Amino acid sequence: MSDIRTLQCRECGKEYAPGAIYACEMCFGPLEVVYDYAVIGERVSHESIQRGPQSLWRYASLLPVDEIPVANLGTGFTPLIKAERLGAEIGLPNLYVKDDTRNPTGSFKDRVVAVAMAKAHDLKFSTIACASTGNLAHSVAAHAAKAGVASFVFVPETIEEAKITATAVYGGVVVTVAGNYDKVNRLCAEVAGTFPWAFVNVNLRPYYAEGSKTLAFETAEQLGWRVPDHCVVPCASGSLLTKIHKGFEELHKVWLLSDKPETRISGAQAEGCAPIANAFHEDAEWVTPVKPDTIAKSLAIGDPADGVYAIDVVKKTGGSFGIVSDAEVVEAMQLLARTEGIFAETAGGVTIATVCQLAAKGVIRPDEKVVAYVTGHGLKTMDALHKGVKTMETTPSLSDFQHVLLESGYDASRDAGGPGPVLPFATFESRFSEG
Amino acid sequence: MSEKSRAEVEERREPMANVLIPTPLRSLVGGLAEMKISGATVQEVLENLVSEHEGMEDRLFDSDGKLRRFVNVFVRDEDIRFLDGTATSVEDGDTVSVVPAVAGG
Repeated sequence: MSDIRTLQCRECGKEYAPGAIYACEMCFGPLEVVYDYAVIGERVSHESIQRGPQSLWRYASLLPVDEIPVANLGTGFTPLIKAERLGAEIGLPNLYVKDDTRNPTGSFKDRVVAVAMAKAHDLKFSTIACASTGNLAHSVAAHAAKAGVASFVFVPETIEEAKITATAVYGGVVVTVAGNYDKVNRLCAEVAGTFPWAFVNVNLRPYYAEGSKTLAFETAEQLGWRVPDHCVVPCASGSLLTKIHKGFEELHKVWLLSDKPETRISGAQAEGCAPIANAFHEDAEWVTPVKPDTIAKSLAIGDPADGVYAIDVVKKTGGSFGIVSDAEVVEAMQLLARTEGIFAETAGGVTIATVCQLAAKGVIRPDEKVVAYVTGHGLKTMDALHKGVKTMETTPSLSDFQHVLLESGYDASRDAGGPGPVLPFATFESRFSEG
Repeated sequence: MSEKSRAEVEERREPMANVLIPTPLRSLVGGLAEMKISGATVQEVLENLVSEHEGMEDRLFDSDGKLRRFVNVFVRDEDIRFLDGTATSVEDGDTVSVVPAVAGG
């Protein structure tokens, strides 16, 4: 299927045969999948992709897998929505939302896991594992269930209850670790060196991370094989941002885009965990780790593995970084929900709040075609909103309801021009009794 | 105090850390995943590790003698960048983990 030539160290260039390795033996740098773009370019076309499945597997030629896995949950090809109402509120008439809440387990992590699972199968692993802030664990457990293999997912004990429950239901082992994600991650690097398990984001990380490119592929295809002017991407490890950039570049390398992409890419982080954004704004040479403290728990990685590479991409493309407070995150979650009908998790709030912030600063210009990546579903992070939502309370009596409605400041004139006169209560009752 | 018991005290004073060796470095230490190495600070422990094993120095340290940026070190489960860096003290029996920085996320 795909033409992987080799794995190559991003730092020193040393090449390795494509196996279950992730760090360079010489300098510890990360390994990247290297493809033969000339061969792929001859094989793929807009038509060949459009004939493919309505999932991320339509881009299999540009993914490091030998075959499309049987354990396929139908991930990807999520809607790219023109966000007219949100755009009108914040002065961006060409704003789009890539709605990745629509994946099988409600986050973009299904993309990376789909690819990692295929690779784990190629390499004949029988146990799948991961270090996760929640969404990845959810996805790994579901894919393992479908594939009929064992799973061990490691998460910080402080993640959202919903994510733990939604993960445990698939029947794998959920290991809650006393410590933050960075400690979970360190433990998993050691477990991966001790047990013969496929850790999707440790020893399979070079392949796993490639799954994120499909967000760029889909965006370009959905815009009629054109790239946007500006993308806003949430950052945890920074990997997603770098892979969206790589995805656009690859489309050009295999002749699916005639012009070299010039998309500006900006990153989004929460104030309580903004090591990459801070390093960018301080023009630091290296990312200084932090102890995360934010409601955006899926982005709470204090020691981001791809931080420097994300900064490189943002600098190179003329983007920027937003840093937003938890209050802004909640506000943005509500803004997206009430304008576009999309309920995003806290990470989506970080992204939308960053779009607002960068638009207000003039970094994102009104004439730009902007794509905001909303990467996880709001039902996973309900705790963040409990204090922020209002309800109207009544007894089951119409007159009580009418009273409460008037008290709330309800304006009856807004119903003018509606579907017609309000039917008297008696009519409802008689229809009901006839039935 | 006799010579012998003084030597024993000296030996007891020299803390021994359990150093966890990551997969990419195990070929340099005969495949071991864990080793006991002496040293009172992270710097000393790592220097003792590299002096005893051919080829280890280039892997852990750059040409300026600084820890490579993709090498993370943890003492008692804490990242040394939150402690005193390579000057972080090491107590007898502490676990010192050397971990590639690129995992996760």
